[in-house]
Amino acid sequence: MPHRMHLMVCAGTGCVSNGSFKVREALQKEIAKRGLENEVQVVTTGCNGFCAAGPLMVVHPDGIFYQQLSVNDVPHLVEEHFLKGRPVQKLMYKPPETPSPVHKMMDIEFFKRQRLIALRDRGLIDPERIDEYIARDGYTALAKALTEMTSEQIVEEVKTSGLRGRGGAGFPTGVKWEVVRRAEGEPKYIICNGDEGDPGAFMDRSIIESDPHSVIEGMLIGGKAIGASQGVVYIRNEYPLALQRLIIAIDQAREYGLLGNDILGSGFSFDISITRGAGAFVCGEETALIAAVEGRLGEPRARPPYPAESGLWGKPTCINNVETWANVPPIINRGGKWYSEIGTETSKGTKVFSLVGKINNTGLVEVPMGITLREIIYEIGGGIPDGKKFKAVQTGGPSGGCIPGEQIDLPIDYESLTEAGSMMGSGGMVVMDEDTCMVDVARYFLAFTQDESCGKCIPCREGTKLMLDILTKITDGHGTLEDLLALEEVAKIVKETSLCGLGKTAPNPVLTTLRYFRDEYIAHIEAHKCPAHVCRQLNTYTINPQICVERGHGCGVCKRECPEKAIFGDKNQAHRIDPALCSKCGTCVDVCHFGAVIVD
Amino acid sequence: MPKLTLEDLKQIADKTRRLTNLRDGAGRAKVTVHMGTCGIAAGSRKIMDAVLREIEQRDLKDVLVTTSGCAGLCSREPMATVEVAGEAPVKYVDLTEGKVKRIFTEHVLGGKIVQECALAMGSERTH
Repeated sequence: MPHRMHLMVCAGTGCVSNGSFKVREALQKEIAKRGLENEVQVVTTGCNGFCAAGPLMVVHPDGIFYQQLSVNDVPHLVEEHFLKGRPVQKLMYKPPETPSPVHKMMDIEFFKRQRLIALRDRGLIDPERIDEYIARDGYTALAKALTEMTSEQIVEEVKTSGLRGRGGAGFPTGVKWEVVRRAEGEPKYIICNGDEGDPGAFMDRSIIESDPHSVIEGMLIGGKAIGASQGVVYIRNEYPLALQRLIIAIDQAREYGLLGNDILGSGFSFDISITRGAGAFVCGEETALIAAVEGRLGEPRARPPYPAESGLWGKPTCINNVETWANVPPIINRGGKWYSEIGTETSKGTKVFSLVGKINNTGLVEVPMGITLREIIYEIGGGIPDGKKFKAVQTGGPSGGCIPGEQIDLPIDYESLTEAGSMMGSGGMVVMDEDTCMVDVARYFLAFTQDESCGKCIPCREGTKLMLDILTKITDGHGTLEDLLALEEVAKIVKETSLCGLGKTAPNPVLTTLRYFRDEYIAHIEAHKCPAHVCRQLNTYTINPQICVERGHGCGVCKRECPEKAIFGDKNQAHRIDPALCSKCGTCVDVCHFGAVIVD
Repeated sequence: MPKLTLEDLKQIADKTRRLTNLRDGAGRAKVTVHMGTCGIAAGSRKIMDAVLREIEQRDLKDVLVTTSGCAGLCSREPMATVEVAGEAPVKYVDLTEGKVKRIFTEHVLGGKIVQECALAMGSERTH
């Protein structure tokens, strides 16, 4: 008896860490208990993208969306929906403005405004079963490329599509493939850059967890295009689930002869090996990555020569990002022209963004290039929580910059973001509200890049440390206007003279925050105040005596919890903080139930 | 496991096609068995089993089966709604396992509505 209903249980890292495996187990038990195991199938899928709502599940064929599931919800759900046919309203998604639940996944704003190409199979297949990938036209692009196209034609198709590298730099992929194809040297190599080091970015992790075959198929097609028979996936070690699913996928592809010798009887041979990262952000830089694969120290080198001419083991190498590879099969199947009709003049296709920070609908979204920030943040993202004001959005991770609230109608593409002082980067999008301190944001990113600097070149090694020291000085309240001038000068020098992308882009958070939020820097320096109250050393903590007595009755909790014993007062009387003893830790704010502590 | 040929690839895809149709909602026809309390009391569980049996016996890959609650006309349960792609839905009433078989052959596969078993065509007006 064929199953009439499929339960797509999300098992991306986000939902798994929230207990989706336990929910799945409970579902399987309850369904068996009710004798429905021949009618209702439980399928484990990769990340659906709406991580804020996990653990989540989609019921097909109706496309009904359930969110924030727990083991306790299962018996009622199985009885009401699967046995009796009555979908359970209280487990559905309720958008913030309307009180009524939305039944269907495609009616939820978060989902309906997206356009999935790289993420075309997400939530619809079990990533650990190659047959399901094949059922959704998997490996048909490979078949077409191997039996109906020449390598020149494959390269032409990718060039026509206008696909640009999704790792951050946005170099035209077809052009890169052309260079490698023509380069002299044997053997040639294909590399997939799965290092994804930007904090808050999880696009590549999601693609590998939900649809590893899309990457494998892309690499196979690339291999045929440039004339390589060996591919390497460099994946960061901090992604155990993605690594596990990739290994299973490669094994299954090998079993089916889709990797190995004489694939599909075409005479083309290709296999993939995996190299795991070891915790270095700089190894996302292509030459440092290649060094790591070769077993050398992960340090970048000067370019030219580019890897396309001289890469792995000194041979012509085509290295592309995970998301770039995932876009290749649909481009071959539906044509480069189809792809080029999506997006803007200079930026074709779609881009996957990880929408995080101060936003209601945290998750992973794929949208056509040219969409405005407003649509992403308000329509798809559901706006800022607690009705706070939107301040800025950081794009491109530590290499990117902040785009202020006034530019919310900016259409997203490579050029417009660069013009605004930021960059597309790998797709991280961190939303910030009025409670974010922009100077602290710059400091946070500099702390990251300074820590990850490999140390090979002086501008980055010394420059990032210098910038970090100045930023720390400013957030501690000891900054001067001379420091600000020095900061800007150092930033420009590091940007122009660093050896690799890490150093060249590390100053970006500083430069954009100086461009758009200079007043916050000035406030820190001249007024010794942090407008967002994030930099605690610049805050003053006082107790409002009226609230303390009328609401709190001088309860004394703050006095008890204060680590510096800086609070004085008796029961039923207004307490007060001695500013000389106060270390500005903020504990009193956290423990006061009555909101009596005022932060200024 | 033997190495795949192009033919093998197509066959695997075909075999698993039922799966994708179900998940994409891309079937040729959809049968909704009404299983509100009235339906269940009238025996819609048997009707559901009959529908699933038809699909299995004929090895149909593009017919979706789903459940729904009470359609409103409790006195005529068990009921089922048949929607063929591109056409208005048809409500069938007073169902028995025999009628299900006939509806499958004549309407779902043959495209011709079984007038004697049908109540009405179309959907109710909602806001």
